[in-house]
Amino acid sequence: MAALADLTIAGARGLLGKGEVSAKELTEAHITAVEAARPLNAFITETPEKALEMAEASDKRRAAGEAGLLEGLPIGMKDLFCTEGVLTTAGSHILDGFHPTYESTVSRNLWDAGAVLLGKTNLDEFAMGSSNMTSHYGGVENPWRKSGDNRPLVPGGSSGGSASAVAARCALGATGTDTGGSIRQPAAFCGIVGMKPTYGRCSRWGIVAFASSLDQAGPMTRTVRDSAIMLRAMASYDPKDSTSVDRPVPDYEAAITGDIRGMKIGIPKEYRIDAMPEEIDALWQQGIQWLEAAGAETVEISLPHTHYALPTYYIVAPAEASSNLARYDGVRYGLREPGESLDEMYEATRGKGFGAEVKRRVLIGTYVLSAGYYDAYYNKARKVRSLIARDFAKAYETVDAILAPTAPSPAFGMGDKMDDPIAMYLNDVFTVPASLAGLPGISVPAGLSQDGLPLGLQILGRAFDEETVYRVAGVLEEAAAFEAKPTFLAA
Amino acid sequence: MSVDKDTVAKIARLARIRVEDSQSEALAGELSNILGWIEQLSELDTEGVEPMTSVVSMKLPLRDDAVTDGGYPEEVTANAPEAAHGFYAVPKVVE
Amino acid sequence: MALIEGKTGAWEMVIGLEVHAQVISKAKLFSGASTAFGAEPNSQVSLVDAAMPGMLPVLNRHSVEQAVRTGLGLNAKINLTSVFERKNYFYADLPQGYQISQYLHPIVGEGTIILDLEDGETREVGIERLHLEQDAGKSIHDQHPSQSYIDLNRSGVTLMEIVSKPDMRSAEEAGAYLRKLRTILRYLGTCDGNMDEGSMRADVNLSMRRPGEPFGTRTETKNVNSIRFVQQAIEAEARRQVEVLEEGGEIVQETRLFDGMTGKSRSMRSKEEAHDYRYFPDPDLLPLELDPAWIEEIKASLPELPDAKKSRFMSGFGLPAYDAGVLVADREIAAFFETVAEGRDPKLAANWVTGEFFGALNKSGIELADTPVDAKKLGGLLDLIADGTISGRIAKEVFEAMWESGEDASAIVEAKGLKQISDSSEIEGLVDDIIANNPKQVEQFKGGNEKVLGWFVGQVMKATQGKANPGLVNQVLRQKLG
Repeated sequence: MAALADLTIAGARGLLGKGEVSAKELTEAHITAVEAARPLNAFITETPEKALEMAEASDKRRAAGEAGLLEGLPIGMKDLFCTEGVLTTAGSHILDGFHPTYESTVSRNLWDAGAVLLGKTNLDEFAMGSSNMTSHYGGVENPWRKSGDNRPLVPGGSSGGSASAVAARCALGATGTDTGGSIRQPAAFCGIVGMKPTYGRCSRWGIVAFASSLDQAGPMTRTVRDSAIMLRAMASYDPKDSTSVDRPVPDYEAAITGDIRGMKIGIPKEYRIDAMPEEIDALWQQGIQWLEAAGAETVEISLPHTHYALPTYYIVAPAEASSNLARYDGVRYGLREPGESLDEMYEATRGKGFGAEVKRRVLIGTYVLSAGYYDAYYNKARKVRSLIARDFAKAYETVDAILAPTAPSPAFGMGDKMDDPIAMYLNDVFTVPASLAGLPGISVPAGLSQDGLPLGLQILGRAFDEETVYRVAGVLEEAAAFEAKPTFLAA
Repeated sequence: MSVDKDTVAKIARLARIRVEDSQSEALAGELSNILGWIEQLSELDTEGVEPMTSVVSMKLPLRDDAVTDGGYPEEVTANAPEAAHGFYAVPKVVE
Repeated sequence: MALIEGKTGAWEMVIGLEVHAQVISKAKLFSGASTAFGAEPNSQVSLVDAAMPGMLPVLNRHSVEQAVRTGLGLNAKINLTSVFERKNYFYADLPQGYQISQYLHPIVGEGTIILDLEDGETREVGIERLHLEQDAGKSIHDQHPSQSYIDLNRSGVTLMEIVSKPDMRSAEEAGAYLRKLRTILRYLGTCDGNMDEGSMRADVNLSMRRPGEPFGTRTETKNVNSIRFVQQAIEAEARRQVEVLEEGGEIVQETRLFDGMTGKSRSMRSKEEAHDYRYFPDPDLLPLELDPAWIEEIKASLPELPDAKKSRFMSGFGLPAYDAGVLVADREIAAFFETVAEGRDPKLAANWVTGEFFGALNKSGIELADTPVDAKKLGGLLDLIADGTISGRIAKEVFEAMWESGEDASAIVEAKGLKQISDSSEIEGLVDDIIANNPKQVEQFKGGNEKVLGWFVGQVMKATQGKANPGLVNQVLRQKLG
């Protein structure tokens, strides 16, 4: 059975197609894997009965010749996507008991493509975090351990549950959302592939909002090909989302040709930061050589406002979040704490329902939008955001894609950096700029640290040019030949 | 920018989040640090730069004026902590 | 300009109005839920209106068109780019925790409204801006001892906030402004203007100053829901401010709440202090960009508006300003009048519409749409007057019968035998009899008492049940008595 859970999406698709395995068998194997991986705390809600029902229905569809893109493939769903009738928490106490009466567009697309829901994966509360430690449902463990050191490590965040589950072979793939790096950073920490598509590619309808101008859903898988297959099923134009872009969804898988000859790959000099560990810089250099060996040309480029991306992000995202989270007020759903007056009820509910990091960000966001500070903070940040987007636009006049590290370090210990929000925020230094510019980026596992932990490299592309991103990522993946498996699977 | 306890109380009140007195000192310190850090933006000259309105280059879509939604009051209140006679119920509001 | 005499001299009111007008549309501003009035609680609520997690707004094209129509009807500048922003505050009937509104960049800029005053004079009031925003839900406080109930049926309905310049100087002008604005909105079909159903609400900004001095500090009285209350609120607030000022006090810039029951307002200052709306552009929406061709299309589809219609009635029909103003105040009445006046004497038509017809409408309390005497029938009645079939006096009787039965004038005249007697031999016969039987009155007339002629006319009318042609009767009488 373990062998079934070790399949890729592409591999499982092949076996299902040939009738060598049924969706039910595949799902049962994954339900077993989910149960075995409970110590990782990757799932907030497991849905085995629903999974089996969906698998059986899938087998019937396949028998009737109606197989979709992801027919019969069991996946995890980040618990930020609203799923009809299934508890949806956003990792927060404040959504206690919330059972949506509706299905998010992305999850609906996945079910329509035949995918099977294994459960809702853990995440940082309201997707605010880079460690998955801010979840009301407890931190998630990374299935990897440092060699010779058994202390648990974080899977990264905010899509840490999805990353951990996919790395631990509990699910063939899982959904993530990326606001400032929440798909790519945990993918890098867990040794899997994480794709943040262009803003507007996947509908935001039914995804609990963190920062509306940045949030974007994407797939987390073990291979680049799997990512391409899954994104095709997730993406759509959605008239219910005013920022959804109406353009056809290409066959991303077909873009993985292995041929990047003549392509120009930009190497942004500003990403060479002072605090960069030697091993990450070395991996980056290795990545450059791999791409050159495959026939691409690498050129140094400048993204001059990179240094300002993080502070810009930490104004824009909390500001939007402070407003997006105003609806959690104890009136229509979730937690309500008693109060004599309406205001007391609000304050008690929100005081108890939100965790420390969410409170911090809501307060920062409230402050930067408040009277007298709007221009100095929020409007300033919007201007810098224009400059950052302009940097990328200029770079893409000469290059087809950009290569950079995904994160400035490998996974760190559970509990580390918790007392220093800024140190935690610095995790996102390489992922935030593309988020601010709305551009696609993928993290591909490219090597191991000296401690034996996975490290990722990131390919960034032009808006709506996910195909080029996948093409380069495919070459990178093949060159890196990352075969190492998480410590958890060996145990 | 340094934030004091009173400011924390004021913004916590605006955000309707109860902050216990015992936490507000620590929170003031954290918020001051974060604000001090993001303040580095001020060193950047953004004269004449248009603020970003959206990363997507498209026009705001408009929908037709047709009744396509609603008509499910049970769903609307299905998750309510307290509902009565089809309404949401909240502590009495005195205007 | 109406000045208020205080103990220390005259004061002048400076008034600006902010009107919230509910836009006529089938669905809400950002959701597909219905806007119909009076449904079961929370039955016209979409997941978007209830601010369920992950729900997103999509803008209603018709709401935008209605705002543009209104802007054009107010001779205002249409802004090709406008921005929806979030106005953040907590309230039980505001499910998102913010209202989507327009702040720095409204869809409509400056315009003007021409007030028609009682004396037939006109006065221009500036429009500062018009913007689109969402309505809130409704809180019900009187159903439970310790709870308020929330109904979100109105949540998300499209409102236009129309802000005037501080150009009004009396309660009468404020009333005239609201009436004119309502007329324009109704002509345009953008708001039904029903203040008692809450589809039009006004906030009053008022300050006092000595004539000629700069503006003073103003207060804002919120949510006044009838024109009468607006005028009461203005009078009361003006007196209050004069009292404060004359006692050497200062006006505090504040929000006040008007109570129609007591005719008084009270300060809401305690709530005001905590407000800091933290406006910022809604990241779920992009800037709204309008295609100039679309605006031209909307402009071409506008109806003739009251001011244009009024001048046409004055110049084309020769009506006095007052009559023309009364007739154009309601689009249906203006249309009714035009049908009646078509091919007839417009002054006669105006007199009948504003006189007998309005009187009957008011007396019976029915709407124009349900009138038993439609424009065609009233025209038929006027035709009978014009061709001498009946007299004006008989016409009033016929009109009453028409109102009762809904029948045509000619049918009634026929059935009741009300046709005017214009046969001079028949009248001569009657006159001869009357003269013969009333020698005393004949003497009086001959003695120079002209008034007695009226008595003779009365006798003829009595004998004919009023059907005798009055002109002819006069002529015959003078001839025979002369």
